[in-house]
Amino acid sequence: MTSSGPWAARARVLGIVVNPVAGMGGRVGLHGTDGQVELARARGAEPVAPARARRALARLHELAPDLDVVVAPGALGADHLPDATGWRVTVLDGPEPGAETTADDTRAAVSALVAAGVDLLLFVGGDGTARDVAGAVWAVCDDCVPVLGVPAGVKMHSAVFGLTPETAALAASRHLAAPERHGTRQAEVVDRDAAGDVRLYGTVQVPALPAGVQPAKGAPAPLADDATALAAEVAAELEPGRLYLLGPGATVDQVGHALGLATTPLGVDAVCDGRLLAVDADEATLLDLLARHDRATLVLGVVGGQGFLLGRGNQQLSPAVLRALAAADPAGLAGILVLATPAKVGALPEPVLHVDLDDPELAAELAGYRRVRTAPGRSTVLRVET
Amino acid sequence: MSELRNYHAAVWDEPLVMELSAPGRRGNVPPAPIAELDPATALPGAVLRQAAPALPEVAEPDVLRHFLHLSQETMGMVGISLFGTCTMKYNPRVGEQLSGRDGMAELHPDQDDSTLQGLLEAVHRFDLMLRGLSGMDRFVFQPGGGAHAAYTHTAVTRAYFADRGELEQRREIITTAQAHPCNPATASAAGFDVITLPVEEDGYASLDALKAVLSDRTAALMINNPDDMGIYNPHIKEWVDAVHEVGGLCFYDHANFNGVMGRLRARELGFDACMFMLHKTFGVAKGGGGPAVGAYGCSEELATYLPGPLVEATEDGYVRRENPRGVGRVREYLGNLNQVVKAFGWLTAMGADGIREAADISVLANNYMEVRLLELKGVTKAFPQMTKRRLEMTRFSLEEYTAETGITAVDVQNRMGDYGIDAFWLSHEPWIVPEPFTPEAGETWSLEDIDYWIDVLAHVLEEGRSDPELVRTAPHQQVVGQLDGSSLDDPEKWATTWRAHRRKSGRG
Amino acid sequence: MAHPYMPNSAAESKATMMAAVGVADVDELFEQIPEDHLARESNGLAPGVRSEATVRRLVRGLIDRNDDCVANLSFLGAGLWQHHVPAVVDEIVTRSEFLTPVWGTTSSDFGRNQAWFEYASMLGELLAMDFVGLPVYSWGSAAGNAIRMAARLTGRGEVVVPASISPERLMVIRTYCGLVGGNDPISVRLVDFDPASGTVDVAALGLGPDTAAVYLETPNHLGVVETAVAEIAAAARANGTETVLGVDPISLGLLAAPGDLGADVVVGSTQPLGVHLHAGGGVGGFIATRDEERYAREYPTLQVSVAETTRGERSFGMTLFHQSSYGSREDGNDWTGNSVYLWTVANAVYMSLLGPQGFAELGRTILANARYAAGRVAELDGVTVRWPDGFFKEFVVDFSATGRSVADINAGLRAHHVFGGKDLSTDFPDLGQSALYCVTELHTADDIDALVTALKEVLA
Repeated sequence: MTSSGPWAARARVLGIVVNPVAGMGGRVGLHGTDGQVELARARGAEPVAPARARRALARLHELAPDLDVVVAPGALGADHLPDATGWRVTVLDGPEPGAETTADDTRAAVSALVAAGVDLLLFVGGDGTARDVAGAVWAVCDDCVPVLGVPAGVKMHSAVFGLTPETAALAASRHLAAPERHGTRQAEVVDRDAAGDVRLYGTVQVPALPAGVQPAKGAPAPLADDATALAAEVAAELEPGRLYLLGPGATVDQVGHALGLATTPLGVDAVCDGRLLAVDADEATLLDLLARHDRATLVLGVVGGQGFLLGRGNQQLSPAVLRALAAADPAGLAGILVLATPAKVGALPEPVLHVDLDDPELAAELAGYRRVRTAPGRSTVLRVET
Repeated sequence: MSELRNYHAAVWDEPLVMELSAPGRRGNVPPAPIAELDPATALPGAVLRQAAPALPEVAEPDVLRHFLHLSQETMGMVGISLFGTCTMKYNPRVGEQLSGRDGMAELHPDQDDSTLQGLLEAVHRFDLMLRGLSGMDRFVFQPGGGAHAAYTHTAVTRAYFADRGELEQRREIITTAQAHPCNPATASAAGFDVITLPVEEDGYASLDALKAVLSDRTAALMINNPDDMGIYNPHIKEWVDAVHEVGGLCFYDHANFNGVMGRLRARELGFDACMFMLHKTFGVAKGGGGPAVGAYGCSEELATYLPGPLVEATEDGYVRRENPRGVGRVREYLGNLNQVVKAFGWLTAMGADGIREAADISVLANNYMEVRLLELKGVTKAFPQMTKRRLEMTRFSLEEYTAETGITAVDVQNRMGDYGIDAFWLSHEPWIVPEPFTPEAGETWSLEDIDYWIDVLAHVLEEGRSDPELVRTAPHQQVVGQLDGSSLDDPEKWATTWRAHRRKSGRG
Repeated sequence: MAHPYMPNSAAESKATMMAAVGVADVDELFEQIPEDHLARESNGLAPGVRSEATVRRLVRGLIDRNDDCVANLSFLGAGLWQHHVPAVVDEIVTRSEFLTPVWGTTSSDFGRNQAWFEYASMLGELLAMDFVGLPVYSWGSAAGNAIRMAARLTGRGEVVVPASISPERLMVIRTYCGLVGGNDPISVRLVDFDPASGTVDVAALGLGPDTAAVYLETPNHLGVVETAVAEIAAAARANGTETVLGVDPISLGLLAAPGDLGADVVVGSTQPLGVHLHAGGGVGGFIATRDEERYAREYPTLQVSVAETTRGERSFGMTLFHQSSYGSREDGNDWTGNSVYLWTVANAVYMSLLGPQGFAELGRTILANARYAAGRVAELDGVTVRWPDGFFKEFVVDFSATGRSVADINAGLRAHHVFGGKDLSTDFPDLGQSALYCVTELHTADDIDALVTALKEVLA
């Protein structure tokens, strides 16, 4: 839920920021465009984001013709507005950014939009943009402003994007019309770090998908994205004396919350007999804990929108840790509990999870079909590929 | 392309019947009592009604005309209805005529068996016919629809494992993302945990995924085949064997029987139980949603757990007997036997040759549609890499068209209504392809109707390119325009009754 | 020869399609099905009968062999009752437009949706309840669903049911409540009714901390109008328990509206409102509550709400669709599927025809006729009517003192073309050799004379 007041009380304000160079690297073989705009252009890349922005905003204008909009200047937003008759548009003050906008431009614009009191931040870009947007939001407050991404990047591992620009527009319009009705969900922001590893940077609130107001059978209903009940079920099953390693991600973090523990969604936490033994543990700590427990279970979520189980955002769960874990449980690696909400599973491009480990033998052991628990008494089966 | 019809739905601007009320008018007068009795002398005042219900006061001819107007404002199958997964087919009028006779309409189930011999014989003979089609050992007709038959299976499964002392251990029912929602929903309602297998590249869930979750906790598999995309899981026998190996039961949701009638028998594939929908596949009217029958058939072993009463032929005629170890009832009485009698008439008229031919025509007509539909720009089919011919329906997608025009499958559906085409079927939850649509021609619709349907779709797709607003704001030739659904889930505005609406809109 | 139900069974149509598809043999189209899956044994069906006259003769022969409740004088009821079905009802529900809709859109099947809304609206008036769903399969199913709603609402696991309940309906309720050993079964606790009055009071229920619902009916299965419903509903509310009340809607021109008695969830049969018996195929069950969100969000049904089109016309759509299993699969409330929606049209026509006066007069006529019949039957030697002052249209006739069994008496009555009341002797042994007689507006003085005469002869 957002902190905004009663939904009917006042007009909602939408903040818009566009990373105009997002997505340029993708078609020319780059893993992102941040800091590589020149190279992308040299390889013949065309801007992707402006067209995506216009698609989303044109649809949004149809859905919500009467709206207060605050938009970043120039190429960062205002340039991409459609014919917006009916929208009360405020363009942020500040210098027109140059053609080659930077991450700093994005962050500055987001700070200004948050300060302007927007109810929803709609950004156009990819994972890098998501990270910049989220970082600027976190600098002001934890997750006081919901964020929604119009997909336009090279990488979109973060779980903050609409499937298409039009679906993002739909979700935005529904959220702005009645935020309390549809609610928000916690979503992970992931991106590659300087070393090229995918890391989980934190979470933001994103609007829950539109509730089922469709008139007829067959209209898609939103998939449940609330992990609290599942987490409570898992928490109630924990065995005394067994070490539980809670992997990163919002879903697994709920298990910690269900136990009343201050776990972190960003790293691996260790829990035994209702006590928090380690928070955001590194590899050495994990190995040490495993050495001191003869029974242990790893609880994993699915990281990002691409379905990584291991090897992205949880590198501390190294081959050595996994081997120690397998040794501590007769079920071996088959004993790993995988949790993912129906929305998370539904958002996967295919029913496949990925494992990326520098240990082919271990990876092979993890491959195959694995049960994924989605809600109390509910599960599915996903293929794990290496 | 043929000339499209200049269609317009009937528009009566018909008021609600409550708005037709005029004080003192009468539509029906009950008989006078045999002997007058003042209720106040017969029952305590506290149980008597004080204020009369605010029902309308309307004369008989006006009630008739009101509902005739409403009937005319209902398209049903008077238009062309190619509604996938529901197998919309002709409902012979003779069935309606016969079931209205006193010998059917005015029978009470508590009558003695000796007075119901014709009815019980029809039920028994129809049971035998379905046994023949499926290989099962016994059918019951108590379930009031396909979903209710699925529920019956979950209740039978529960009783079966309770009898073995395994109910607390057998907690899991497995289904697939392409199974009808009633399968996981009834499993859950009967207290089971649900495991849903995803559909993979070939268009069906994989045998290995199934094996990954089979265990001594498995109670049952509930699955359709072919699925709602006309795709047949060729490993279904291995599936059934694998489930049996861990002691689970297998239920065949035969909602999509139309394309395989006469070719497949559920029992020969190893299934323990199956379900046929008499209100779809067997020629009985759907009635907008029932009265329906989900005929539930099972093996001799499971028949022990069927809801009673069961109909049997004896030397002294047909009898009903209770089934002492069975699940009791899933609803009252033997079921919607009026519909069973119609289905019996239909199956008699079709016969072995007729249903085989109907299946052939259904599959042929679908493949004919597929050829023509895939020629349309913007129309693709789900799982194109699965290149084998689809059975009686195909799941198509307008994803490319939507990306091109912004017009959705629902918009197209609405606009097709302007040409006399009933809504096509989109897809059950979850939507595994975007902007889905699933027509099913079946054996009822003539080649000309099928061609007209495709011509209308082609025309609407072009309209969407040249005049997107026209399609997005459709329908325009219908009884009323597009629904604004925004109030439907709003507790301050929803109103399932006129009294609630009057109160909420300040008209109370 | 082409089949009359199948236009494309004409050779030319098939040939056109096969040419377009590019196959020489239809069998090629079944390439997905492995050879060893194909049926090995014959299905044993006879060849089809293309002549309608022949099919009609065959089916009619079976139907007309039955002894029905028109050619015979019937006193059967017990949850399925023979009332007058006006001719206009039959005319409307056999219209192809109402017989054939599958789903449609809110614009193209508008008339059906309006009829559904009118059904819910008029039933809401009879019940004094504001929120009415589309019906489920039967009264027992509605009771089962309602008890499950109550269990979800309260988080409790027990329903209290008076032992006067219909055994047929109780079996349905037990199925819906689940089995011990399964997940979260709801335990059904039967409580005795007062043998002197046939009713229950608050004390009899033994409401406890785990009581999710009281399931009560009025008139109850033994015909008696419950006199303590309001007190029970108040006590239940004080206990955090939902009162689920089952009613016969045809009684509601005469008897107090369940909403006014304090019931939380009201259920009952839609059959009396213009639907024929159909040997049990006429049943349907309604669920209604106050229009409060906590109840609305637990409905397992579909619900039609009045709404508007984008251009401001009145229209109708499904409210809270996503909470059905169509919208949410296993996470929906119970499950939703085909039900008895055609009968709602019959119900709507029926309630429109009757109107407030019709229901009031009908209630009085039924009560008067039933009391008259009971009085006449009670005059017979050895025959008594239990609870002669408390019933509406059904009453328990005790033949114990005649020394004859009900089965025997009913067999004798059949020879007189009379279907005697439902035999209660197995299900309610405490009532001895008793039968439940149903008398409605359809019975005449001559009918009661015929019954009395036949009984005299049979008992002689």
